[in-house]
Amino acid sequence: MDTIPLIAPATPDRDSLKRRLERAGFDAITLLLLPAVLFVVVLFVYPALYGFWLSLHPMNGGGWLANYIAFFSDPYVYGTIITTLELAVPVTLVNLALSVPIALRVRHMRHQRLLTTLLVIPVTLGTVLTAQGMLNYFGPLGWFNRVLMSLHLIHMPVRLVHNFTGVFLSQIIGGFPFCFMLVLSYVTGIDPSLENAAAMLGARAAQRFRHIILPLLAAGLAITFCLAFVQAFSVFPSAVLVGAPSGPTRVIAIAAFHAAYEEYDYSMGSAIAIIMGFVQIIVVALVMWISSLFYRGPAGGGKG
Amino acid sequence: MTISAKNFRELRLDHMRRDFGGMNALRDITLTIKRGEFIALLGPSGCGKSTALNCLAGLLPLSGGSIWLDDTRIDHLKPEERGFGMVFQNYALFPHMSLRKNIGFGLKMQKRPQAEIDAKVEEALALVRLSKQADKLPGQISGGQQQRVAIARAIVVEPPLVLMDEPLSNLDAKLRLEMRAEIRRIHNMIGCSTIYVTHDQDEALSLADRIVVLRDGQMRQVGTPQELYARPAHADVAEFMGYRNILKAEAETEQNGRLTMRLGGAKLEGFAVEPGHGREVIAALRPEDLTPANDGPIAAAVVSAEYRGRDFYGLARTQEGLDLWFRSELSVQPGEQLRLGAPAERVLVYAGAAA
Repeated sequence: MDTIPLIAPATPDRDSLKRRLERAGFDAITLLLLPAVLFVVVLFVYPALYGFWLSLHPMNGGGWLANYIAFFSDPYVYGTIITTLELAVPVTLVNLALSVPIALRVRHMRHQRLLTTLLVIPVTLGTVLTAQGMLNYFGPLGWFNRVLMSLHLIHMPVRLVHNFTGVFLSQIIGGFPFCFMLVLSYVTGIDPSLENAAAMLGARAAQRFRHIILPLLAAGLAITFCLAFVQAFSVFPSAVLVGAPSGPTRVIAIAAFHAAYEEYDYSMGSAIAIIMGFVQIIVVALVMWISSLFYRGPAGGGKG
Repeated sequence: MTISAKNFRELRLDHMRRDFGGMNALRDITLTIKRGEFIALLGPSGCGKSTALNCLAGLLPLSGGSIWLDDTRIDHLKPEERGFGMVFQNYALFPHMSLRKNIGFGLKMQKRPQAEIDAKVEEALALVRLSKQADKLPGQISGGQQQRVAIARAIVVEPPLVLMDEPLSNLDAKLRLEMRAEIRRIHNMIGCSTIYVTHDQDEALSLADRIVVLRDGQMRQVGTPQELYARPAHADVAEFMGYRNILKAEAETEQNGRLTMRLGGAKLEGFAVEPGHGREVIAALRPEDLTPANDGPIAAAVVSAEYRGRDFYGLARTQEGLDLWFRSELSVQPGEQLRLGAPAERVLVYAGAAA
């Protein structure tokens, strides 16, 4: 019988640093993240932290929290949170409420692209152009009032600009296309055979919406709500142009602008901006928590 | 409490028609389906079989004709008012509901008492052998299980008619055979009528009481599996039923339906299926009936052959360039010269293009 040849005991594998990093999920491709990270750090993280630091160093002294104390002790200033919420929440809800039925209808239409294009045009106009158009159209001498007056439906022009309604309408016009596009993409993601299956099981249109469409859409609607809300909450130009910036539409962005660029108190302006961010985070967190109670996952009906 | 189909005598389709923008997707479909019958709609893709099913379901409106359930006209009713069950090709299970809720959905829509819903769902789960998985979501079970849930969901509302749209096409071969038996077992147990759309002739032959062959939106033949297998009424039906050799031939003599034909240089005997054929005919025969024989009339060279367990199936080509599919019990090699022949009663003769 042959003797079994001796083999020297293998040296324990010493993986190179590269191999170990790869196993942890870092490889050369990860480096492609660098520009984006740099971008975020320079243009977002740093300004946010700088703003936060600035807000803790009040211009007129009085301790770190002086700006925040000042903000929450003046009802004219902290009231802007309520004003902005009163504007942003209904605007977002109305936009969502309009988007869902229209998206459900458009999904089945043949000239979907044409209609979608028409609905999306307002988003390309920009706030200032929209405001300009609104001032002409909805103003006391605008077409809208003239037509209603010549039809003897009203005797005095209705006031639709330079007040809350003006900003509200402008936010609907500007925000709807955005909401609609998002909702349409979520709606088309729902397999139409699911609705057919529900119909075959005896569900009428309203029941199909309640039991099938809505639960499958919930997560998407929550995300749309958050994005649209954040956009509406930071309203600034339309609140000035078609609103009443010293009264009913004195939104929080105006308060921040006023502090920073009219009173030259950058520290206070930063504090207001930070507060604004927190309010947005609270609302978004709340909505995301509610949506986590619903089904999240693919809205398909199975294989195939 | 047991699940059993609602009572009815028959479902009648009367000259059912469906157009899509000027194109006839479905023409003149007239058919009576009795309670408890299993009907297969068989045809190649694009033949209108899914359209027919969707028209029956109410998911597509008819362009003409009518549908009757006993003495009630139902073609103007919405899907939710017809009360039929449907199993979709992709199952269409509600992804956000547990299997239990999926199956109970139809009963819930009928506003049945919760106790009754629970009992029936439990029974349906047992019927498709999924009681243990009842609280999972559809995404957490396998394709075969999803398919069974889809069936349970369709039958638990005790529909008079269950529509199935190629329900097995997404399953692997073994599971397909198992589910085939399962579908027939459930059909027999609840006593509904089933209309089953498929492009797979094996499935149709093994499941159905009657098969409806569709082509270009028209019914080409209706019959029992035996009838369709042995005597397809038209050459195109024959082709679809596994008569792989569809050969142009010239009729020479005929006696009591028995024909002698000239096929290139060879002579072939067969039986006429369609009366009134002309000189140009089409001979149809299955590969399994065309075998090598010393006195076979057709000389051909083997092009390729594949082993299929019991025997070999191959392709041979005659001198005139005619391709023939044949079966052989002995191994054959490409290039080998063979004489092929078929028993006359297995050769079906149809009218040719010029007739």
